[in-house]
Amino acid sequence: MFKLDYFSGGVYPNPNKNTLFYPTKRLNQFPVVRIPMSMHIGPPCSCIVKKGDQVLVGQMIGEPTKEPSVPVHSSVSGTVRSVHKEVASSGRSVVVAEIESDGHFTFHPDVKPPVIHNRNEFIRALRDSGLVGLGGLGYPTYAKLQPKEGRKFDTLVVNAADSEPYITADFRQCVDHPDEIIDGIRAVMRYLDIPVARIGVEKNKPQAADVLLYELEKVKHTAGAHTSIYLDRLPLIYPQGAEKMLVYSLTGRKIPSGGESGDVNVLVLNVSTVRFISKYLKTGIPLIRRRLTLDGSALRTPCNVNVPIGAPIPDVISAAGGILDEEKDSVKIILGGSMMGVALDRADASVIKYYRALLVFGKKEAEVPPEAVCIRCARCLKACPMKLVPATLDKMARHKDIEGLEQYHVRDCIECGCCAYVCPAKRYLVQSIRNGKTHIKQARIKEETRQ
Amino acid sequence: MNLKVSASPHIRDKADTPRLMRDVIIALVPALLVSVYMFGYRALLIISVTVSSAIVFEFACRKIMKRNQSISDLSAVITGLLLAFSLPPEIPLWMPVIGSFTAIVAAKQLFGGLGQNIVNPALAGRIVLSISYPAEMASWSLPSGRPSSAFSFSPVFETDMITRATPLQMLYAGEGQMTVGMPDYLDLLIGKHAGSLGEISIAALLIGVIYLLARKVISLWTPLSFIAVVMIFAALSGHNPIYHLLSGGLVIAAFFFATDYTTTPLTRSGKVLFGIGCGLIAALIRIFGSQPEGVSYAIVFMNILTPHIERITIPLPFGGGRK
Repeated sequence: MFKLDYFSGGVYPNPNKNTLFYPTKRLNQFPVVRIPMSMHIGPPCSCIVKKGDQVLVGQMIGEPTKEPSVPVHSSVSGTVRSVHKEVASSGRSVVVAEIESDGHFTFHPDVKPPVIHNRNEFIRALRDSGLVGLGGLGYPTYAKLQPKEGRKFDTLVVNAADSEPYITADFRQCVDHPDEIIDGIRAVMRYLDIPVARIGVEKNKPQAADVLLYELEKVKHTAGAHTSIYLDRLPLIYPQGAEKMLVYSLTGRKIPSGGESGDVNVLVLNVSTVRFISKYLKTGIPLIRRRLTLDGSALRTPCNVNVPIGAPIPDVISAAGGILDEEKDSVKIILGGSMMGVALDRADASVIKYYRALLVFGKKEAEVPPEAVCIRCARCLKACPMKLVPATLDKMARHKDIEGLEQYHVRDCIECGCCAYVCPAKRYLVQSIRNGKTHIKQARIKEETRQ
Repeated sequence: MNLKVSASPHIRDKADTPRLMRDVIIALVPALLVSVYMFGYRALLIISVTVSSAIVFEFACRKIMKRNQSISDLSAVITGLLLAFSLPPEIPLWMPVIGSFTAIVAAKQLFGGLGQNIVNPALAGRIVLSISYPAEMASWSLPSGRPSSAFSFSPVFETDMITRATPLQMLYAGEGQMTVGMPDYLDLLIGKHAGSLGEISIAALLIGVIYLLARKVISLWTPLSFIAVVMIFAALSGHNPIYHLLSGGLVIAAFFFATDYTTTPLTRSGKVLFGIGCGLIAALIRIFGSQPEGVSYAIVFMNILTPHIERITIPLPFGGGRK
């Protein structure tokens, strides 16, 4: 094995992996699910069911309009109660189909294993499956599988780093379904003709590495198997699981600014994504369920759950044990991890395809520290894995200095949160830098309309 | 149920501004102890005057300017300590108050307070004093080195405290060579020689530096480039480089003044450039200038250049940046 190259920067938050060794609870008792028509990056789907329609599990209820987009399927069988617009936590308005579950989970007759002979059929099938990157970004997977003109994937990078604190959903995936993960990797390698795959696992989860290695050892002895699947143990550092950092750690290649992994001939998929691919090829069940880590100081029983997509978040929380009595009046609910997740401003949001965790912070954990002045200690520079200058970007964003923001490469920020995590003045650096990006976009639009 | 909302990240490191400041104060304690041991109660008096007047000026300034009180961030304490450390032990006690006023009011609060000032406040205070009162700022006494006298709070001066030249002044007179009667390396290391309160004991300062490095409060980029340039320059000019390192204020300046967060560059290459610039100017003043010591002028000059240094050292992001 060649020497691995690691990125600079990063932070070491308490991993808080409290849920590593609890088996995943499968929860089904949701009387109603609310499924948004936009659960991916890209144009939203148009809803093809209406109030009163009967729907079955796996039935398409949202049809893609423009590329890149994937269909939305019903996660329950039952009756459509309403189709209406809602304001999502992202601030965008989204069409939501509210479906009353009959509790039977009857599958739609169209749910059957896809017939695939070649690459194009494989990509097509993944599009129909509604699959998006399950690691937390939600970009339609099928659209990632086609490299740009003149590029060819030579390495598949499988992200099992799970580097965000609390989250163990990907770890559980490795421990519970190592066979399907390896199978999914082999399918992707076979159909897309990728010669090498590298799985990245953080060192603090040796069990995940062990089961995957055991599985790899098994397939080595099957006829015609790909043996060029490697597993690398990565140092424990956040954001090891960020695409750019992971690709660099595993292959030594740097994804260029503004580019994607395909620019360095690498395809990156999350472990949960490859596991889904394996399962989908065998069963044809589209993406209708999701494994979530439930954790945080306000929860009675932190655990991993497997829930239908669209399940209302308050129902998921109470089905998984509920909130501690003393924390009932004020909590912070975070969709996604503690470093990059979104704090919900309304409790009635639903589980969507790509968030890996649901954190419920109690009073003490949710406390927002007061912002002090920047003392220019340069800790943010040391922590930034993208080698940016967050302190200066913060100042420029607050002054709407468009030129300066561009000069200091604001658009390269991956919003991992390392800078704000280490800031001794507790400044909201990520928020401010995000605003900076918006200022640039607005300035561009203004420029364009003037011309 | 009440929902709390804030932007990511939702977890924060425990370290905060007062903790960083507290670490710097802790790092200055060994040098403080040595100065009290060497110079006696006067050292303690001067330090108390600068620290307390710095706190009072900070408090009054924020009050008059109707800003939030900021004395709890402890930065005024550090300014007071560093100012005292750069003063000679024989200075009349009202002078440090003027130094504190310059540091806190003129150099820091009028520019907006912590994080906003352009030049190092303590150095600004010291420079104003040494220009306004050159005689008092250059009257050096030889440390008595006797703890008994150090803790006798009699206002009578020790009779064996003779006004002496600092090692750097002697080096200056001897054209850069060690001459008879000059303190040897060991004396310089432990602080048995004339000089400003805090600069005399290199060993005590280095204990503090080790603490700061262990707590990751400072980095070595600026101090090492600063010191290296002074030593190389001294060696090239035929001076004794080790004597240049161990005498005068080079060590305290490089590790405690040139690593001040607010007035030095953020970027790593900027820190190196800053150190090189400081080293060049300090060496030029020491070797060719009309004064034996120049580290404070060097740092203040580079403080002013800091925004420009930052502008030319914008780091290339991971991935090379967009065209």
